[in-house]
Amino acid sequence: MTQSASRVIPASLQVNHVTVRYNGAPALDDVTFGVDAGLRVAVVGPNGAGKSTLFKAIVGLLPLTRGEIRIHDVLFGAHQECVAYVPQREEVDWRFPVTVSDVVMMGRYGSLGWLKRPGKRDREIVARCLEQMGVAHLAKHPIGDLSGGQQQRVFLARALAQEPHILLMDEPFTGVDVPTQEATLTLLDQLLAQGVTLIVSTHDLNLAAAHFERVLLLNRRVIAYDTPERVLTSENLRRAFGTHAMFVEGNMIVDECCPPDEYTTVQAPSVETLKR
Amino acid sequence: MMELLTQPLVYTFMQRGMLAAVMVGILCAVVGSYVVLRGMAFLGDAMAHAILPGVAVAYVLQGDILIGALIAAIGVALGIGFFTKHGAIKEDTAIGILFAATLSLGVALISTIRTYALDLTHILFGNVLGVSDSDLVTIAILGAIVLLTVILLYKELLVVSFDPVLAATLRLPTDLLRNVLLVLIALVIVVSLQIVGVGLVAAMLVTPAATAYLLTRRLPVMMLVAAGLGALASIVGLYLSYYFNIASGAAVVLTATVFFFVVYLVAPGRGLLWTARRQAPRFSK
Repeated sequence: MTQSASRVIPASLQVNHVTVRYNGAPALDDVTFGVDAGLRVAVVGPNGAGKSTLFKAIVGLLPLTRGEIRIHDVLFGAHQECVAYVPQREEVDWRFPVTVSDVVMMGRYGSLGWLKRPGKRDREIVARCLEQMGVAHLAKHPIGDLSGGQQQRVFLARALAQEPHILLMDEPFTGVDVPTQEATLTLLDQLLAQGVTLIVSTHDLNLAAAHFERVLLLNRRVIAYDTPERVLTSENLRRAFGTHAMFVEGNMIVDECCPPDEYTTVQAPSVETLKR
Repeated sequence: MMELLTQPLVYTFMQRGMLAAVMVGILCAVVGSYVVLRGMAFLGDAMAHAILPGVAVAYVLQGDILIGALIAAIGVALGIGFFTKHGAIKEDTAIGILFAATLSLGVALISTIRTYALDLTHILFGNVLGVSDSDLVTIAILGAIVLLTVILLYKELLVVSFDPVLAATLRLPTDLLRNVLLVLIALVIVVSLQIVGVGLVAAMLVTPAATAYLLTRRLPVMMLVAAGLGALASIVGLYLSYYFNIASGAAVVLTATVFFFVVYLVAPGRGLLWTARRQAPRFSK
């Protein structure tokens, strides 16, 4: 494995009393949590819990109704571009006439500045990121040719090319094939070794418990935020998922559909063996 | 054969018309590539019709008609943005309302002016044979500004068109870039006024770019192919107009449309015939 990227300065993220409203109704209500440098946080919660809203607020896509977000202890907006965001795949037009390497190169645009063309170093970074995500052979292909898993890897490669200190991923494990899931998990390990702070939303509670140091259980408000063992208790989950949670023979089943996709199977995570 | 091609060009009005039509064909196609990819065809059409009251007001005030047209086109584009943002109506509804309103206002103003100097049909459908030398200079200068902006802001316009969320994450001014694109569209519409007119400029924005979209897989190539098709449609259209006595704007647009239908049928990998052949074995069983 090539450990080519240098270790970045780890970021600490502080979200203080953040409220975001959509048309008057709060999508996030008084959300407060802090992420220490170089930690991995899984964000879980029912549909409409505000996971995507939280991510969009952190990258500055949505105005905050109240509260503040600090990165590197600097108020958001004042710091350098160091946050990358991997959105859900449905959010872009995959018939757009660009190649895979064009898309990954877009990750470099932030550090390039106006009127500048990508240089040799940018092309090297793009090539390395494509290699790291196992899509180097697709570099010249139009993005319309890609499978769902490949699209995801291209998004991840683009986020890598941004050389972020904080990487946010919205549902990267939903609707992708097993090799892509594995590649994503490997990437999470590599990024952790580089000191990148990772915040990932997921429906899969088992995966959250197995691969993340912290879990943020969200349903508009923060239900719980701590280590997976402390957060994923039956009481907390019932508070987060409410009537969507059913307890069948000690296993919790969450009545929860994934975002519309070619894979519309319901992921029903059985969390350890939760006693009623 | 050669004579068929050279004979119309002995007239200077044909030379000027041809040159203007080729420039407009190229400009429309390049900017039109963004119009097609961002789904702004209806918006482009509305901006074209918004020119009408601008032209009328500029005429009454004895100002420059190009500037009047430009202000009106940009004004309606920003107006559509305003209603969509604050008025809780969908964009196509806002476009539909303002599109008809500006057209009516334009017709109303022009009908009260009652003069032959401002000919409504020329504004609506173009008058390529009336291109003057100073028109050519104006088209060339505005065209150079448009092309230079497209080239200099290539990566910014690309990322904001493909993935506005990434553009915002990269701290690009997405609203400003959208407005830059609207101004570019307005400029192109204004310079096209004389050639294809208000009624047909949307076709010049959309048709060559859509044809190129079927043929290519990268944006710069798409723009080049679209520019080639736009220029070719202008040339072929003007010859057809000359020999068959067809209104020039209509001839150019119909030629571009024929190109589109042909490519739609035979485009490698995407055309109708291509997909039919790929599916054929399934039926032959």
